[in-house]
Amino acid sequence: MVAGSTGRVVPAWRGAWLRVEGYWAWYRRYWRSNVYSTGLQPLLFLLAMGLGFGSQVQAGPATGGLSYVHYIAPALLVSAALQNAVGESTYPVLSGFKWQKDYLAVTATPVTPGQVLGGHLIWVALRLLLSGSVYALVAIPFGAWLNAGAVLVVLVGTVTGLACAAPVTALAATTYDEGVRFNAVFRFVVMPMTLFAGTFFPIGQIPLAVRWLAWISPLWHGNELARGVTLGGLSPAAALGHLAFLAALFAIGAVLARRYFYRRLVV
Amino acid sequence: MTALTRTPRRGLLLRVLPPGLYAGRASKLVERSVLAYSRMWLVFASGVLEPLFYLVAFQIGFGRLVGDATGPDGAPMSYVAFVAPALLASSAMNGAIFDSTFNVFFKVRYAKTYDAMLATPIGPLDIAVGEIAWAVLRGGLYSAAFFAVMAVMGLVSSPWAVLMIPVALLIAFAFAAVGMTCATFLRSTSQFDYIQLAVVPMFLFSTTFYPLTVYPEALRIVVQCSPLYHGIQLMRELAAGALHPAMIGHIAYLVALAVLGVWGAARRLSGLLLR
Repeated sequence: MVAGSTGRVVPAWRGAWLRVEGYWAWYRRYWRSNVYSTGLQPLLFLLAMGLGFGSQVQAGPATGGLSYVHYIAPALLVSAALQNAVGESTYPVLSGFKWQKDYLAVTATPVTPGQVLGGHLIWVALRLLLSGSVYALVAIPFGAWLNAGAVLVVLVGTVTGLACAAPVTALAATTYDEGVRFNAVFRFVVMPMTLFAGTFFPIGQIPLAVRWLAWISPLWHGNELARGVTLGGLSPAAALGHLAFLAALFAIGAVLARRYFYRRLVV
Repeated sequence: MTALTRTPRRGLLLRVLPPGLYAGRASKLVERSVLAYSRMWLVFASGVLEPLFYLVAFQIGFGRLVGDATGPDGAPMSYVAFVAPALLASSAMNGAIFDSTFNVFFKVRYAKTYDAMLATPIGPLDIAVGEIAWAVLRGGLYSAAFFAVMAVMGLVSSPWAVLMIPVALLIAFAFAAVGMTCATFLRSTSQFDYIQLAVVPMFLFSTTFYPLTVYPEALRIVVQCSPLYHGIQLMRELAAGALHPAMIGHIAYLVALAVLGVWGAARRLSGLLLR
């Protein structure tokens, strides 16, 4: 599995996949301790908010005439994917630079910083696909899905998660001190986004003066897409717009992250 | 050096404890935390803001999806007023757990803060008490802020509600102590999932967002075993001014948990660090 000892450069994708293989070797040993983030978290929210809180909610215009569990099931997947993606791109990335220093170790081999970043993003995507699929399957017996569009929701969740993973990875690559920054991201960005980006209630209930905050949040775009592919009512133009927003966020984040990875790893 | 030559006065409990476990310097840990966090005021500001986000979300969002809820005295109340006391209890729990697990883990495994402290005349019980006291102080700050917001939003309807702050401190104490004990068992950051696995279901299912009557009979007993359930009940009854004899039971549960946690944390730390 080693690229030879000639000092040859590893082909671009192969280097990234070697990193993924490394993550997988770790995950195979420790998957049990990740059961919570692998599908269980959104399921717990589905039970508590969809069924428990939902039992208090009358189906009405706010939920598009649907029962509450159908209304929030797709959005919960996207929201959990986003939280997982941000989680995987903060402390684990800083740890690669600072505590475990595996990024430094890997870039001492012919694998480049860009490939380290690529491997990280591919791994996040695979984790999101896995956890999304687990949730989609386990939620079936609870009557969460109206149709097979749930399969597409898994993809929407992955795309939304990646759109956030890239910029957060860039942030982590410029972070040297664990103190405040990640905390601020969780508390001032992720948490308000989870509450106010249309996951639990339509953003139409938010006063117009601050509603634009929901519009610029990636989670809202993900939620709209996810509801669109399972519950319908999404025009192709709007879908393209949402996708374009997420893709742009990912692209900007990835370019910045690549620059910072090189800056920090190439001495 | 003068501080070392002065022998601290010790009570009965401290005299019967194993020697070296407690040096009467727990306050030094609080002093250290105050100093360390004075450069991280943003963490504090965010902790005060977080429950505010929640209250606003329930005011403008969730609350409009449901009708009135039934209060602890049987009278109807707005959904926000129903949820707010539970959120106060949950935020006391979350804050304490966060402080006593993530921070303690990093200090034990990476920063080796406690190794350094134990090389000075400070014992593991000092560390346990000092860190838990800090978590409680922090929890107290957050709950006072939360209570102020509740009062401004008109969600406080009884003078008894002032007692919610000491109850929040008790909740923070109990969870910080148990959380610290648990944190000493963790080996890698990925195992924080186990903490989430205990905390999130408790947060979601301890009648935080909907009444106990939603559950079938068998599940109600399970929910009533959760320590957070007792915290939430206390809060709700105080907020509405509906006092019950059962409150003594709720308080006893939390006190027992706190004692168990302090004992466990000191024991685990001395096992880990004083080999």
